[in-house]
Amino acid sequence: MSELVLQVKDLKVSFSTVDGVVQAVNGISFDVRKGQTLGIVGESGSGKSVTASAIMGLINRNSADMSGSILLGGLDVLTAQEREIRALRGREAAMVFQDPMSALNPYYTVGKQIAEAYEVHHPNSSKKERQLVALDMLAKVGLPKPSECIDEYPHQFSGGMRQRIVIAIALVNNPRLLIADEPTTALDVTVQAQILELMMSLQQEFGSAIILITHDLGVVAEVADEVMVMYAGQTMESSKVQTLFDAPSHPYTRGLLGSVRSLDNSERGALHTIAGNPPSMISLPGGCPFHPRCEFAASMNGLCSSVQPTLRVLPTTGSESACHLNDDQLLSLGRGVIHD
Amino acid sequence: MTSPVVLEAKNLVKYFPTVSKGLLQRSTDSVKAVDGVSVQVRAGQTLGVVGESGCGKSTLARLLMRLLPPTSGTVLLDGADITSLTGRELRAVRAKIQMVFQDPVASLNPRHSVGQIIGTPLKFLKENSASGAKEHVQELMALVGLNPEHYNRYPHEFSGGQRQRIGIARALAVGPQVIVADEPVSALDVSIQAQVLNLMEKLQRDLGLSYVFIAHDLSVVRHIADEIIVMYLGKVVESGTPKDVYSAPSHPYTQALLSAIPLADPRAAGTHKRMVLTGDVPSPIDPPSGCRFRTRCPRAQDLCALEEPALIDRGQGHPVACHFPG
Repeated sequence: MSELVLQVKDLKVSFSTVDGVVQAVNGISFDVRKGQTLGIVGESGSGKSVTASAIMGLINRNSADMSGSILLGGLDVLTAQEREIRALRGREAAMVFQDPMSALNPYYTVGKQIAEAYEVHHPNSSKKERQLVALDMLAKVGLPKPSECIDEYPHQFSGGMRQRIVIAIALVNNPRLLIADEPTTALDVTVQAQILELMMSLQQEFGSAIILITHDLGVVAEVADEVMVMYAGQTMESSKVQTLFDAPSHPYTRGLLGSVRSLDNSERGALHTIAGNPPSMISLPGGCPFHPRCEFAASMNGLCSSVQPTLRVLPTTGSESACHLNDDQLLSLGRGVIHD
Repeated sequence: MTSPVVLEAKNLVKYFPTVSKGLLQRSTDSVKAVDGVSVQVRAGQTLGVVGESGCGKSTLARLLMRLLPPTSGTVLLDGADITSLTGRELRAVRAKIQMVFQDPVASLNPRHSVGQIIGTPLKFLKENSASGAKEHVQELMALVGLNPEHYNRYPHEFSGGQRQRIGIARALAVGPQVIVADEPVSALDVSIQAQVLNLMEKLQRDLGLSYVFIAHDLSVVRHIADEIIVMYLGKVVESGTPKDVYSAPSHPYTQALLSAIPLADPRAAGTHKRMVLTGDVPSPIDPPSGCRFRTRCPRAQDLCALEEPALIDRGQGHPVACHFPG
């Protein structure tokens, strides 16, 4: 096993609002190791972006209640001083955001923005040195003519090029962990392919671990090693990527896979859907948060609505699943058959 | 397959003049958003329009809706030319063709109740009495899978998928023949997308609607369309049935679009050969000469810069605008 880069234990994040307490993340645990790509999959409101912000120390402690621990670079992000977290950001963990339009400062040239990120961790570097680093990064992320681009402003670039620049800023301090929060969602599909390819080749070069947050199972299938499926702030399933697609071990995962339209499927029949809507994060249903939408909950004699299932390892596949169905039933999910 | 043509566009062109600097702001350049596009939508069928940002697909939608006047070309609805209609005549046409928008948050007035939102087109386009309106609106709400008792609720009280259902109910209110849907599921979660697509298909079957379905996502279009056009920089590069376009894509751009879709199968991810396009889409103000795709095309030759390929069948069984289809 390679070296541990990040360890999240029983992380809970909640926000107080005028309407009540929003339980955004509700007790999730996971590890990320060097060179590994963890995909976090979930729909809107599943808590995936809050998790990312918490790891980066971007959640204001005065406005949120947080518990558990986030071990990154020998520190617990939840209890560390802001000064200490600032030393981690960029060097231990860096982030690529969804929207490359708003992640860049429109008033500064892209060269200046890359150099600035470098200067934070290399305060004694010369201006000349920073300039060279910026040029080098622009070349690495595949911008044509870096020596011209360096003095241009974000609005002069297309969406895909801007996302490359954001990636250059994230990687300039060679972080051990790169968190990419929906990095390709705002981009066209052909540009998405370019950016994913770039991220994978840079991972090879820099050896970073990656947390890729996405709602797109196709993207996960292409780039992730491990996948964590989140729903209502909780982990529903955690598996190796191949296992997740071959033998999903949670009814929610199965529903998600069923909703994906396959290109090979030429039939025009109705798509498989997950009935209902995601729950309100202010008043989560009792027991398993997924039970009101789960097709199996009705046959479980009220267990699902009263007792919250804990994550357990399925010995056959090695996946972790938080579901009350027994092992045999979970294993048969992939085949679409359920035994009573 | 030979149901009558309901909506037809012939050689539609839309140039947006760019505002130049200087006192008179005289414009010399223009953004060539849609440049000679012809489409046919048949009764009870779905035309899928696919392309990336800036290809002109939303402009095409607005031209078909007559929300924008075309620079040239004609739009025919039920055989009648609606290209130059205005005022009362145009309003009469709007009762036959309605639109569903991409963003279910921005396209609903937050200060109006659902009842008002769905009822408004009735008030303007159909001269119904106020008494029958509420019942009709509640029928529509039930039709799209909303609880009719939520008549007095406001958009913020609904989830994204439900809001898109409100948008669909509003479009259906006046009993249109054609619905132009501009990326109706792009802003929704995957599990909700499937719900809305299933609803749209059911409504099409039950009400005999025709759809113009615009998407950047080829897998969505494959699921719902009877005919597909693929657009690039304001032009149609390939058209045909889903089978033509997906099983035998002949234009290099269609091929690249298809191969760029991430497959939800980790095993295929290793084996499937990806055609990654280099560079960006050129500016629509000054598109490349000849074939507009040639600057990014792996098959481009000298001819491509000189002569624009016409959208014709070149032995592929469906029209392709490429000198070297394959």
